[in-house]
Amino acid sequence: MSKSNFTRRGVIKTGAVGGAALALPQYLRADGHAGFTNAPGDSEVVLGFNVPQTGPYADEGADELRAYELAVEHLNGGGDGGMLNTFSSKVLDGTGILGREVKYVTGDTQTKSDAARASARSMIEKDGAIMITGGSSSGVAVAVQALCQEAGIIFMAGLTHSNDTTGKDRKANGFRHFFNSYMTGAALAPVLAANYGTDRKAYHLTADYNWGYTTEEAIRASTEAVGWETVNSVKTPLTQTDFSSYIAPVLNSGADVLVLNHYGGNMVNSLTNAVQFGLRDAVANGKNFEIVVPLYSRLMARGAGANVKGIYGSTNWHWSLQDEGSQAFVRSFGTKYGFPPSQAAHTTYVQTLLYADAVTRAGSFAPCAVAEALEDFEFDGLGNGKTLYRGSDHQCFKDVLVVRGKENPESEFDLLEIVEVTPVDQVMYSPDHPQMGGAEASLGECNNGA
Amino acid sequence: MTDQTTQPTSVASPSARPSSGTGGMLGLTKKDSTLMLIVFGLVMLAPFILNPFPEGSAMAQFNAGYPDLMQRFVIFGIFAIGFNILFGLTGYLSFGHAAFLGVGSYAAIWSMKLVTLNVIPGILLAIIIAAAFSFIVGFISLRRSGIYFSILTLAFAQMSYALAYSVLTPITGGETGLQIKNTDTPLFGGPTDGSIGRANLFGAEMGNSFELSLGNWLFTFNLGYYIAAAFMLIAFYLSIRIFRSPFGMMLRAVKSNQQRMNYTGLTPKRYTLWAFIISGAYAGLAGGLMVAMDTQVGPERMFWTASGEVVIMTILGGAGTLMGPVLGAGFIKYMENIISKINKDILHEWFAFMPDGLEDIMVSVVYPFIGKGWHLTLGIMFMLVVIFLPGGLVEGGQRIAARFRRNKNAD
Repeated sequence: MSKSNFTRRGVIKTGAVGGAALALPQYLRADGHAGFTNAPGDSEVVLGFNVPQTGPYADEGADELRAYELAVEHLNGGGDGGMLNTFSSKVLDGTGILGREVKYVTGDTQTKSDAARASARSMIEKDGAIMITGGSSSGVAVAVQALCQEAGIIFMAGLTHSNDTTGKDRKANGFRHFFNSYMTGAALAPVLAANYGTDRKAYHLTADYNWGYTTEEAIRASTEAVGWETVNSVKTPLTQTDFSSYIAPVLNSGADVLVLNHYGGNMVNSLTNAVQFGLRDAVANGKNFEIVVPLYSRLMARGAGANVKGIYGSTNWHWSLQDEGSQAFVRSFGTKYGFPPSQAAHTTYVQTLLYADAVTRAGSFAPCAVAEALEDFEFDGLGNGKTLYRGSDHQCFKDVLVVRGKENPESEFDLLEIVEVTPVDQVMYSPDHPQMGGAEASLGECNNGA
Repeated sequence: MTDQTTQPTSVASPSARPSSGTGGMLGLTKKDSTLMLIVFGLVMLAPFILNPFPEGSAMAQFNAGYPDLMQRFVIFGIFAIGFNILFGLTGYLSFGHAAFLGVGSYAAIWSMKLVTLNVIPGILLAIIIAAAFSFIVGFISLRRSGIYFSILTLAFAQMSYALAYSVLTPITGGETGLQIKNTDTPLFGGPTDGSIGRANLFGAEMGNSFELSLGNWLFTFNLGYYIAAAFMLIAFYLSIRIFRSPFGMMLRAVKSNQQRMNYTGLTPKRYTLWAFIISGAYAGLAGGLMVAMDTQVGPERMFWTASGEVVIMTILGGAGTLMGPVLGAGFIKYMENIISKINKDILHEWFAFMPDGLEDIMVSVVYPFIGKGWHLTLGIMFMLVVIFLPGGLVEGGQRIAARFRRNKNAD
């Protein structure tokens, strides 16, 4: 009996509420008067760290999370301050952001756009996060960036290397510190030309998804510009674990360089296969056969073991850099966790600091004000030398590292050595570059939300 | 839920067929109308029921009453209800249902990009396209039964996934998927000021919410949720009607003894194919609603793990029962969205009242089960349910109800 009473009352009640909801088509919040989504209170501000905790990039996600925790600690005045001491902008003083203590929530993207968006939406709708950051895959970054644009939240991208994130899919509320495929190509090609000559014939194996496409396009364009020829390019399924059938035809194709546009587990497997097939000892066209891996990460180098020795690639940042900022970061990260940080950790740490700094300089958490403070912001002391956050596409421009697998590693973290620091001018491109979506790509209007 | 307890037995006897007008409403028996009313009440009051803890309290972590998760509850509820029509009634275990959800999603987003940002045409198109696709897949796969059928559907789903992920990148956006962009120009009513279009229902946006603050409690009534909920109630109602219809009877006959059915002169495939198409259409509806609530599609929606998820939802809740799939869907989505967000800091807060050493021990004991360990927790729960409650969560409800009834009798 009591049950049916409950239901009847429920029907009436929700009927009334539902009617009210339909009649009030504004997104009303208690703090709606602040003019932007999730305006923080006076004592604390919540940031959302959305990283892959399960799935293929879980290791990178874990390292990102460590870096975020470190950044929060430093922003709140804990620890040794890390890069706050070396950052060229001095407005952050260890009292949180605009006097509010920094709190954070975490979520699992599972490296799936759906799960990542669900997690980000729960941070926005439930936890009141003012900024979302993270991600370890371009697909996820693009998906979450679009969500943040719609919701009126700032998105600070984590590890995402595809051109699209700040190319054809760029958004006014999204910012990327990490470098991209184009920069990899531009930095790598001259080094390859210097070491392997300008009359090489390249064979590409490309992971069959967006990041693979943009990377192949970038490497082709820049190696062909220095005189190389592209013999063939073959797409490999992302789920492939055995690449022998793809490697076998390479030697007879007339190519003398193999470019592996693979990331993570793909690269570990394809490189291992290539080495097992004796490609490294082979001679083609009277030259030593060479292998190139455009995007390196420490995790991949560790997975591929001794096979990476002498192989060229590029990376956003490396812990062995000797500048003050990098050293300060490696010191505080090492003290807290006992090992040096990865490039994923570095970029996410820096993004958090850059956001906090932009809010402080803008004097407001409103996304449009923050975006304005970040646009065309020049800074130094965060590890990559002088850096520009370009306003027209929200991409950071900085020196790019060309690295090579170390011949005699001293520890499991000491696998890569820096060959060259490519100056930023060499990797610069115009915002309407064809690889970046051409003239059609636009940021759109910045969105403050409700 | 108590009213559901006697369903499975009464269902099996043909006498349970409703004669409209006797005690129930909308052609349902009295028991079914009560069940329908309970579901209606639960769904409508979800913003209250799912937000039992006040804002800012330590338990607020467990609140699930925010729009995104509520929408997911009902959308995956629809998906699981549809799956249950096939699996629960005919016993045919499809391992590729996520493909229909994905196809529906792509259809809906293209409708929004090209035709109109209104969600209704998108959802209808999603249902139609998914039903058509499931006709093709079903027509081929249903030539076999048992494990061979499962493998065939799995193969189709993985094929669709691979196509969407890379081969069909121009149509599906590849790994990145599709979103509504400011450059999209739908035929009717796109934004003119260069902003990004939002999914709406005759102008009312899906994201519109009304917030009710009562003391420390904050309840969110979201338009998108209520639209999805309306579809879910219709889906649930249709599922009851199918369960109680002669058609449903035939589907059960397929499950119990297909050979006998053949000898009787009936063609099982006609029924199973219809069941397959109906459940494919349900999946398409779920896919269309997902796009309506959150205008984005990615191919991993069709990955085999997504197909596996709906199987787990149905079994966890109770295959072949009306309420089971909905409960299972809610349970899994809750674990995925709530448990995965608990991190070490939150644990330290919870156990802060303990002495330091003990606190650390407690945190390290609980830590593997939360955050990234949510899969582990879900796996353990699933095992426990399958071992101790073979009939799923619904059986758990029945047992509790039976205990209460016994106690009452004892009084």
